[in-house]
Amino acid sequence: MKPPKFEYHAPRTVDEALALLGRYGGDAKVLAGGQSLMPLLNFRLARPAALVDLNRIASLAYIREHDGQIRFGAMTRQRTIEFSPVVAQRLPLLKEATRWVGHLPIRTRGTIGGSIAHADPSAEYPAVLAALEGEVVARGAKGERVIRAGDLFQTYLTTNLAPDEILTEVRLPAMPAGAGYALEEFARRHGDFAIIGIAAMVVRDGQRCKLARLATAGAGPVPVRLRAAEEILERDGLGDAAIEAAARRATELVDPDADIHASADYRRHLTGVLTKRALVRAIGVARG
Amino acid sequence: MVTVRLKVNDVAHEGRCEPRKLLVDFIREDLGLTGTHVGCEHGICGACTIMFNGEAARSCIMLAVQADGAELLTVEGLMREGKLHPLQEAFREHHGLQCGFCTPGMLLTALDFLRTNPSPNDREIREGISAVLCRCTGYQGIVNAVRAAAPTLAARR
Repeated sequence: MKPPKFEYHAPRTVDEALALLGRYGGDAKVLAGGQSLMPLLNFRLARPAALVDLNRIASLAYIREHDGQIRFGAMTRQRTIEFSPVVAQRLPLLKEATRWVGHLPIRTRGTIGGSIAHADPSAEYPAVLAALEGEVVARGAKGERVIRAGDLFQTYLTTNLAPDEILTEVRLPAMPAGAGYALEEFARRHGDFAIIGIAAMVVRDGQRCKLARLATAGAGPVPVRLRAAEEILERDGLGDAAIEAAARRATELVDPDADIHASADYRRHLTGVLTKRALVRAIGVARG
Repeated sequence: MVTVRLKVNDVAHEGRCEPRKLLVDFIREDLGLTGTHVGCEHGICGACTIMFNGEAARSCIMLAVQADGAELLTVEGLMREGKLHPLQEAFREHHGLQCGFCTPGMLLTALDFLRTNPSPNDREIREGISAVLCRCTGYQGIVNAVRAAAPTLAARR
């Protein structure tokens, strides 16, 4: 229950960090908030030759509005996001999701970049990234590239980030004014990873639905965008029958795995139940 | 080996350790401050919670080297001039501890929780302290203690 030996580096700049990753050629791990990596080290499930700790890179912690996007430095703490006025105003879905991330003393250390790069399919931030069609910026020796949410997540705990790349920024489009939103989640114990979570956003015009967004946590190896369920609402509106139909469709769009926490059938059932709850709540707070 | 210089409870310390040394082990073994407890060692039970630069954090999933230059508060630093901290008083008054193992983590977590939510309701208190596991199942007394301490702490600000 103690970490194995590793070499430790705490670079001050992203360039230094990239040089270190290059030097270790895939044998180094990037340490962000450490709330997932440190337990893996303590259990010795991870045995990297070196840790490249990003916590001393001050330039990686910021929240900025730019061109209709809210941009987060990868090392922005979840606790900062929880209390950010910009997030409360422009990304209320992210604020709500943040309250489901671990517990208070986890969120003081945990970062938005770390949570997304770790790519736990049961985590809240990847679901929000998928629902809002966000993107991330990855920097490597050859420069910078932007990766869309749909391309980033490959499978359990796996992204298409290269071993010598660092996720430096998370970009989420500001939610339209008046958009309704909800994050519904079921876990055995508050603060645990979701057995199923549903992130929802709706933009309404009376009973018409101008835009619907639904994404899952815990319903498969990556967050799942429930596009066919969204389309039902965008076509048929926000009445009870459309909500029921969308929730039913959601259960057909996921292919969850069974594990020690829940069977696949139970997860599929919950996907429908929570989609309905999330939609009802999102529609209730939507203006327009 | 790395050198770690930090302040704990307003006292400057310096130590040398391997980079893999956990912060909680450094606090207990190198600094001799054994009030901070080691429970699960993977960030679940919360017994090791301390204040790291003014915010509650789990010291079993941080490295000592990461605390170089930091200011920590541990349970030993709560008492001032021979008097218990109001939160400690409340835990005593309201039977907020049984075996005491989770108590340091409960206190430091509750302190940060009340800083950001000075007048919480019971549901919020339960959510706030859900970060720490009490194996005596004594949560009701802890909730009562946090509720009772809230106005005292708010008045001190």
